[in-house]
Amino acid sequence: MNQNRTLNIILAMYVLCIFVFIFAPILFSMVFSFNSQRFPTIPLGEFSTEWYAKIFADPDVWLAARNSLIVSVSTSVVATFLGFCTAYSDFRYNFRFKGPYLALILLPPTIPLIIMALAMLAWLSKLGLSGQLWSIILAHSVLTAPFAMAIIRLRLNQMDPDLEAAAWNLGSSEWQAMRHVIIPFCAPAIVSALCLTAAVSFDEFAISWFVSGLNKTVPVVILEIVQGNIDPQVNAIGTFVFLTSMTLVILAQVFFISRQVKSHS
Amino acid sequence: MTEPLVTFRNVKKHFGEFVAVREMDLDIHAGEFLAIMGSSGCGKTTTLRMLAGLEAPTSGEIRIGGDLMNEVKPHERETPLVWQSLALFPFLSARENVEFGLKMRGVGKEERKRRALEWLDRMEIGEFAERNITTLSGGQKQRVALARSLVMEPKMLLLDEPLSALDANLVIRMQAVLTRLQKELGITFVYVTHSQSEAFAMADRVVIMSQGEIAQVGSPKDIYRAPANRFVAEFVGRNNILSGTVASLDGETVTISTPSGAFVATAPDTARSVGADATFVVSADLVSVSREEPTGENRVLCTLISEEFVGSMVTLFLESADGHEFKVQMQERDLIELDLHNDDQIWLSWAVQNAHVLDHE
Repeated sequence: MNQNRTLNIILAMYVLCIFVFIFAPILFSMVFSFNSQRFPTIPLGEFSTEWYAKIFADPDVWLAARNSLIVSVSTSVVATFLGFCTAYSDFRYNFRFKGPYLALILLPPTIPLIIMALAMLAWLSKLGLSGQLWSIILAHSVLTAPFAMAIIRLRLNQMDPDLEAAAWNLGSSEWQAMRHVIIPFCAPAIVSALCLTAAVSFDEFAISWFVSGLNKTVPVVILEIVQGNIDPQVNAIGTFVFLTSMTLVILAQVFFISRQVKSHS
Repeated sequence: MTEPLVTFRNVKKHFGEFVAVREMDLDIHAGEFLAIMGSSGCGKTTTLRMLAGLEAPTSGEIRIGGDLMNEVKPHERETPLVWQSLALFPFLSARENVEFGLKMRGVGKEERKRRALEWLDRMEIGEFAERNITTLSGGQKQRVALARSLVMEPKMLLLDEPLSALDANLVIRMQAVLTRLQKELGITFVYVTHSQSEAFAMADRVVIMSQGEIAQVGSPKDIYRAPANRFVAEFVGRNNILSGTVASLDGETVTISTPSGAFVATAPDTARSVGADATFVVSADLVSVSREEPTGENRVLCTLISEEFVGSMVTLFLESADGHEFKVQMQERDLIELDLHNDDQIWLSWAVQNAHVLDHE
């Protein structure tokens, strides 16, 4: 019992260390975003919202925020749709080369982003499609669809395979069964996939930087600010980006994990 | 005789190399409770799925109400199925589950609600109408599944081992519910099961399947008392099966000499000749036990090997002089009167009309 308690304390400390390790840099950046001093040094200066005021006044930042919003929302819709279709095809059908088919679909996230970005730029510019907002959407959809598929596939695997046939048996055509059974069953996973793919797209830098042309997204603007001058504005934007992504990721978790637990109870 | 509701003619179903159903001919009549029974892989579920349109026959014809159904899609039929897994929609309430089929058929909101509630009440689970399906007990889910199918007012209800997930007490209760419903509604029930007790307790007619073929069709009583072949005799409960050769023929009865002795059995009217191989069965509950040598044609002296108790019923396992195993089923209170012990020698006997010669081996 005693030994157990010691072990528990050690484990708790260990987990705490991991959290500190992961979140301390972000926390520092948040703290410095409210610091009046130009350089991140300790002791801190006074509390200030100067840097927030500055970014809110910057039209470039607003434009980037608008671009990022359009890109991440569109990407999440396209990627989740693609992910759903692939997951369903895997659930419903058996065919030759299904293994390689699934492996190919899961491939994009394993390719180094920089390689993917260069390949996307080369390919899209050959087709005359680069430098547009929707070039980023296209590229991000390729990158994030596998995440959506993985989440939805997990959900479909929990489904009683008789459920769809039961719908047919009760008079649903295949489309009606899709609409009234498969999609409602997958709804938590679909929402979760929408949030997660939006978050990945919102944060993604390399591909955006290569294929965006003049349509900069938030991460691209951050880099430009950093390149121009060291300025706590970056911390302010960073805080925003971090909070946005975290919210999306947490939402994804809430939708997916809470349902997982429920359906197992 | 009126036209059967369902006819299977020469129906075959292959899954690649595997033959699930071979050469099936079967009529299902309107208003009957038909059970299809067999062990797993015998083709009973495939037969049911073909009726529901979830599998198309490889060859042959399936007709429902005279119409050829081979290629008719599941949703274009009126063949609701109660699934082994129940397959209730977990994201819907009990009432919404029952409404599902009506909704697909375009029944208006108010009417389908009324009809769903009516059926839930009839199944005695009206109070759970708005509960999420995942919060209901096994028996309640079972009733929702039945209501979901019956609300469609079908001419025929298909049931695929619907009671297999329930505990024994609940099975008995649900059997009563099912037989009562079937009588009240007057519709056809096609009930697939591996359980002899379920099939025999509920069905008007039982189809016994083995390896994709029908082994016997008949009333539970016919099958129990006069199995058509060795497979059915072995499959259906406790039967004593004795093989030998025909010693003499006398109208309805046949004398068969076996290593355990010569016995007289009734034979269905198939042609037989002296010297031919023959097998007959005697149900274990129709064999009498006595200390003194009984009179009558059929008697054999055996040694008691062991006893097996199931509630108030006892099965005795005995051996004749030649080593053949005999089984006798009796009430426990009768056994106590006999005061038997293992290795005791006792006489078994049975009436001629309780010994049936099998049609085929």
